[in-house]
Amino acid sequence: MMRYVLSLLTALMLWSLPANAQTGPLRIEITEGVIEPLPFAAPDFVSDSATGTEFGRRIAEVIAADLTGTGLFREIQPEAFISRVTSFSSPVQYADWKAINAQALVTGSVTVDAGGQLVVRFRLYDVFAGQELGQGLQLVGTQDGWRRIAHKVADQIYSRITGEAPYFDSRVVYVAETGPKDQRMKRLAIMDYDGANVSYLTDSASIVLAPRFSPDGSQVLYTSYESGFPRIYVLQVGTAQRRVLEQQDGTMSFAPRFAPDGRTVVYSLSRGGNTDLYRMDIGTGASTRLTSAPSIETAPSFSPDGNRVVFESDRSGSPQLYIMPAGGGEAQRISFGQGRYGTPVWSPRGDLIAFTKQSKGRFHIGVMRTDGSEERLLTASFLDEGPTWSPNGRVIMFTRETQGAQGSASLYSVDISGRNLRRVPTETGGSDPSWSPLQD
Amino acid sequence: MTYLSKTLLLCAGLALAACSNPNRFDNATGADMNGSGMAGMAGSASDPTSPLYFQQSVGDRVLFAVDQSTLSPTAQATLDGQAQWLLTNTDYTAVIEGHADEQGTREYNLALGARRANSVQEYLVSRGIADNRLKVVSYGKERPIELCSDEACYSKNRRAVTVISVVPSS
Repeated sequence: MMRYVLSLLTALMLWSLPANAQTGPLRIEITEGVIEPLPFAAPDFVSDSATGTEFGRRIAEVIAADLTGTGLFREIQPEAFISRVTSFSSPVQYADWKAINAQALVTGSVTVDAGGQLVVRFRLYDVFAGQELGQGLQLVGTQDGWRRIAHKVADQIYSRITGEAPYFDSRVVYVAETGPKDQRMKRLAIMDYDGANVSYLTDSASIVLAPRFSPDGSQVLYTSYESGFPRIYVLQVGTAQRRVLEQQDGTMSFAPRFAPDGRTVVYSLSRGGNTDLYRMDIGTGASTRLTSAPSIETAPSFSPDGNRVVFESDRSGSPQLYIMPAGGGEAQRISFGQGRYGTPVWSPRGDLIAFTKQSKGRFHIGVMRTDGSEERLLTASFLDEGPTWSPNGRVIMFTRETQGAQGSASLYSVDISGRNLRRVPTETGGSDPSWSPLQD
Repeated sequence: MTYLSKTLLLCAGLALAACSNPNRFDNATGADMNGSGMAGMAGSASDPTSPLYFQQSVGDRVLFAVDQSTLSPTAQATLDGQAQWLLTNTDYTAVIEGHADEQGTREYNLALGARRANSVQEYLVSRGIADNRLKVVSYGKERPIELCSDEACYSKNRRAVTVISVVPSS
């Protein structure tokens, strides 16, 4: 993983003042019902070298893809430009950008320093107000890390215009799938949130399921059949080294998820046909049983404050969602709609729970408040399941599997408003995504 | 204003070299035989002491209703046959695989498969098979044998399969 020499956090804190103080017209309120995408122009970043020019073109491309991918922005194609940006420091011809209705303008430059590092500067303009929105920012990184620089620039633009926390500089761990349905080969894969830079963390010798990032993104919990039985493993993302977490003889363990402290893991363990929830300190390996019922208890997920766990249980006769204290104890049912509910995941903001719902032969991804109110279904298909939240809690990624003998699984994302359903590009089939936190 | 006075030049150095992504693994070859119900199959179908005879003549699998793990009379009759065979052929052990159809989440189906495999294990133990000869594993919806997305296929995928091991499991 790349590391900053200087913490970007400092930069963001310094930046947040001018960005938040902006009260001009260039603002997207995401909470509004219908959104007309905001037109923006992102000309290639300029450079005085051939290498820099090529990176400048690619960086502008990724920034534009990040922004348009949200469904909140619309890119104005370069063919429409009246002004050419040839120098980063010369004044912006606002009238020329107004004329093509570019409400936001992003300009930037790339230089390659003596050590071969990319030095990227950018500015964001509110064209109709005739002024900069926030101040210029400079990022320095390796040439290999050019996409991360682009994502960080796009994150700045997204945050300044929407007022939301960013999410583009993030990764997704998922299960890459190949082969027919009855001999599906599965292996763990990790990629940028937009599908770029994929690499594989395991081979496909054993079935692997449902990887889950640790809160700092450095570790992944997952379930593997490499012992012949489903067991939970923890893998270091940097080295792909792994170790088994839970291997009591005669049991199966699955559906693991980290607590916000990064040390505690909550999971399902099946013994004698009965599946209950447990928690484990991954440092000591000491585990505690959280539920003791003859029903199925699975798919646990912590609240962001670590105090509660939402999970799935069929104790009422069909799978429904419940919340209990993180140390176990009495659980409150929160799902009461028609159908079966599963795989609840607490949002990073704490206000919503995403879930899988099965009703009348269809599957849905939905969200509800943590008391079960205001249920909204965001998707519908033959089989949608396994939601995961973007780091800012605005977008949900999930698995969609198509019907029939040729059925295959892919990753999709949708805004929590239910808009902007998109397929996430992967080079093979994909399932069980887990979205990382924003990278440092 | 000059660029520098107007702009906060924040050097956020993405130092170090490229992301330390692990190398890609080569494409693995060979299918995972686990869950196929055919592991360790040996012998001739006409030899009543062979695992193949167990699979084909005794019947290695029982089917379940939607969401259920209770054993139908048909399933019990099949398991009576399996118990008889295991009582006669004491050198063998078995792994009981529980499976679910694709209607349901991955996690719920893993738990449901565990229930189904356990139902079979308990039944065989009740018919006199030592429980240390039987192991259970759930594959959830990971290993369907029928591929269509209709009840005709689902009903065959909601199954528990008793897989005989030639080598006693340790």
